[in-house]
Amino acid sequence: MAAAATRRAASSLVSRCLLGRPAASPAVPSAFRRADGTRGLVPGVLQRFGTAAVAEEPISPPVKVGETKLLINGKFVDAVSGKTFPTLDPRTGEVIAHVAEGDAKDIDLAVAAARKAFDEGPWPRMTAYERSRILLRFADLIEKHNDDLAALETWDNGKTFEQAAHIELPMIARLMRYYAGWSDKIHGLVVPADSPHHVQVLYEPIGVAGQIIPWNFPLLMFAWKVGPALASGNTVVLKTAEQTPLSALYMAKLLHEAGLPEGVVNVVSGFGPTAGAALASHMDVDKVAFTGSTDTGKIIMELSARSNLKPVTLELGGKSPFIIMDDADIDHAVELAHFALFFNQGQCCCAGSRTFVHERVYDEFVEKSKARALKRVVGDPFRKGVEQGPQIDDEQFNKILRYIKSGVDSGATLVTGGDKLGDKGYYIQPTIFSDVQDGMKIAQEEIFGPVQSIFKFNDLNEVIKRANASRYGLAAGVFTNNLGTANTLTRALRAGTVWVNCFDIFDAAIPFGGYKMSGIGREKGIDSLKNYLQTKAVVTPIKNAAWL
Amino acid sequence: MASERNGDGGEKRAENGGGGVEMPEIRYTKLFINGSFVDAVSGKTFETRDPRTGDAIASIAEGDKEDVDLAVRAAREAFDHGKWPRMSGSERGKIMTKYADLLEQHAEELTKLESLDAGKLVVVTRAVDIGASVGTLRYFAGAADKIHGETLKMSRQFQGHTLREPMGVAGLIIPWNFPSIMFFTKVAPALAAGCTMVVKPAEQTPLSALYVAHLAKQAGVPDGVINVVTGFGPTAGAAIASHMDVDMVSFTGSTAVGRLVMEASARSNLKPVSLELGGKSPLIIFDDADVDMAVDLAIGANFFNKGEACVAASRVYLQEGIYDRFEKKLADSLKNWVVGDPFDPRVNQGPQVDKAQYERVLSYIEHGKREGATVLTGGKPCGQKGYYIDPTVFTDVKDDMIIAKEEIFGPVMCLMKFRTVEEVIAKANDTRYGLAAGVVTKDIDVANRMTRSIRAGVVWVNCYFAMDADCPFGGRKMSGYGKDASMHALDKFLAVKSVVTPVYDSPWL
Repeated sequence: MAAAATRRAASSLVSRCLLGRPAASPAVPSAFRRADGTRGLVPGVLQRFGTAAVAEEPISPPVKVGETKLLINGKFVDAVSGKTFPTLDPRTGEVIAHVAEGDAKDIDLAVAAARKAFDEGPWPRMTAYERSRILLRFADLIEKHNDDLAALETWDNGKTFEQAAHIELPMIARLMRYYAGWSDKIHGLVVPADSPHHVQVLYEPIGVAGQIIPWNFPLLMFAWKVGPALASGNTVVLKTAEQTPLSALYMAKLLHEAGLPEGVVNVVSGFGPTAGAALASHMDVDKVAFTGSTDTGKIIMELSARSNLKPVTLELGGKSPFIIMDDADIDHAVELAHFALFFNQGQCCCAGSRTFVHERVYDEFVEKSKARALKRVVGDPFRKGVEQGPQIDDEQFNKILRYIKSGVDSGATLVTGGDKLGDKGYYIQPTIFSDVQDGMKIAQEEIFGPVQSIFKFNDLNEVIKRANASRYGLAAGVFTNNLGTANTLTRALRAGTVWVNCFDIFDAAIPFGGYKMSGIGREKGIDSLKNYLQTKAVVTPIKNAAWL
Repeated sequence: MASERNGDGGEKRAENGGGGVEMPEIRYTKLFINGSFVDAVSGKTFETRDPRTGDAIASIAEGDKEDVDLAVRAAREAFDHGKWPRMSGSERGKIMTKYADLLEQHAEELTKLESLDAGKLVVVTRAVDIGASVGTLRYFAGAADKIHGETLKMSRQFQGHTLREPMGVAGLIIPWNFPSIMFFTKVAPALAAGCTMVVKPAEQTPLSALYVAHLAKQAGVPDGVINVVTGFGPTAGAAIASHMDVDMVSFTGSTAVGRLVMEASARSNLKPVSLELGGKSPLIIFDDADVDMAVDLAIGANFFNKGEACVAASRVYLQEGIYDRFEKKLADSLKNWVVGDPFDPRVNQGPQVDKAQYERVLSYIEHGKREGATVLTGGKPCGQKGYYIDPTVFTDVKDDMIIAKEEIFGPVMCLMKFRTVEEVIAKANDTRYGLAAGVVTKDIDVANRMTRSIRAGVVWVNCYFAMDADCPFGGRKMSGYGKDASMHALDKFLAVKSVVTPVYDSPWL
């Protein structure tokens, strides 16, 4: 459903941009030579919108900043140190607000509040039905505050307002209703014993959950983490990404308005090495869940190992293959491969960043992908019709530009894009490389930006082998009309999600997570509850049992 | 629960009249078919009566075979071509959540309608019946997006999976003792599964079903998904059970009628049948039990809802050592038990639902006396008007007496004595019913043994009537089969389809 909405939204964005706007002259020179031999931006819509992005004043966000302090035990408080950090507008690099900077001391306070709320508070002790009603009210409030939340998200993150308001926020309300429905359906098994014993399995809340979320989908990740933790009766200390601290504070306020008792959800803004590390290594945190880079995931796991062995779930990086067979509907495949990579400025852990195309359709595919990328509307994410906003910050921006340079240096063909856009903010041209070889850096590392790499293959077994030759295993896309090929690829690809003739379908009920170094555990779906439940077997003799 | 309330001392017996309570306006009296309230094709009506007085409350359209045909056609169309089964589970769930919110908003009016029509205590109806109805709707709203098929472990090169598809048009026939709860116990899982339905409420209590049907429409349930045909069993009920276009039927009521429903299915299209029927449930109280708790549980288990409950613990087995203490305490407690107008908040027990039930219960009481059981309390009607009966306790009941074997469905408790665990297991199971059971003991070994030994759909240990949206409910033996409540309730509204396709060159099987 959400994905259908995504597709609809994507195609309506496309059609809007095709309505034809007057062209403007090239303004931004390119550092790199393109396949077509031109320099600078190719004339057309992209260019015009790129110009617009730089030339026009940023649209004033239709929302006020709101809370900027830490949420601990139901109250917004300053950091113990009194320190703050600026959160920046990715459109300009200018400061939106100064946010309280939590570190180890604040984490201690937040954990103490969560601990008390779990050990003594009403939350795990109320009925599951009562918990579900609070989550249902929360969902209603999210709907009511949809546009404010979306505007805050766009402002802090740079994603398009249309995506935030029409795709992500409805998904988030939907997730909360989904988890509300689970709260009173958490069933253990009564299991048979060999001996005359009666055995019940209880799924108990695990306790205080530490949750560390990334900046690419701040609210959606909030929902993926907090939803299952709350449905199963836990309390939470959540650390937001330092790039995007604002929307989670707004959400947490709504949670309390919905009736959440104080201390059940605590939100600490701050940085990974300080606040994040304190959470992951805290002796009183019973479980930690992290979404972010593979490198940081390793640190989280290590910190758990060095402290109290808290169970860790990790949702990390990816280099997901998107495989287009020669019998696929090419136009559809081009559109979805484009969407799979460029969606959310390419800042998706499951981005289809290795586009494998069968040699028989390769040239056509590259040509059409280029045409599609050139039509991509880049600009102020608050502007209607814009498909791509700025990257999150200068660090990511520069990293992506370095990868683009590496692609050119290693001999890949730059089909389109290849440079930043404008002089202000973190805009990057939609970029495509063709003739990418498996050994290149851009073929192996996660770029996390609007850079599509297109590979050529000629045989099913070959593409399976190449697709799996990655330390990642988050997702995969398969495009074919042949059922046998689809079935073979479905089983052969070592990835947590295989989308067949679709991509980025993210329903609440569909489990999501990675194989290999893309992570541990699954989010969403029934599997996500297990991350927040402790299993207890209860065994008692049964004398003179009527049956065993 | 009623048993926990002790009135204000002494037996106060209000006759009738409502004590100044404003009675609800009766707005819905016609059949609800395809989203509209319509007269019966025949134009006929029947009267629904106030059990406090026997007076008519309203004239209700009397549906018959032709009306059932129209309702089934509407449900068929809504299933075969309509939105309901084609929307996502989460969209259905959202509409159902809204339905629950509306029900909550209209709780006062619905409470009064229900109490008026069924003679139920208004205080209990508000807290229990309507609360449970709202809770059930919310539970299944949350279940609508959690209907999972399975992927299969095939032993050859096949990829297999199961789909759990909505059955289609469901026929739902509900009883008069808990009209709203029973309505939503059947309707909510059917809605969640994506079925469309024809509901026949009992002729004694048609008002609440019609009322909640109009709320379904307000909540956004598409026309034709829920159709309500008020009428009688031998006409409307039989037409549903034998209809060739109804895909399944779920019935709650007596064992005798359950048999007819199953027979009608067998003779028509073999539609799957789910039956929640009568009971003669044992409440077994051991010597080590807390006697106060045991008495409270026994009173609740027998006199709650005037004994009009399929799970009523109408056989109370007492171990020898506790018998006398229990009997005395029970007699004392019942002195404070108030029978009277269900709109009076001081009252513990209202009237039986109608004249037929009233007379039936009194005839069982006469049987008990004739067979030699001793009347400890009650044993007679209460008041001059309406269908009130004194809470009646028989002692010295023998297992082969009619009152120990047949379902009385009224405020009549039978006390029986036992010595050993083995003996009481044998006695408790010596019945053609198997709906529920209660066990009162502090001994974990006795409790564990009893829970496995008693052949019943639910065993309550140191509690009774512990019903819950997430707790499966339904009987064994001649108490029926198929479950209401819980995720199991969805099963009867879903058809399992296996899908198999070859998988080539799979790296694992």
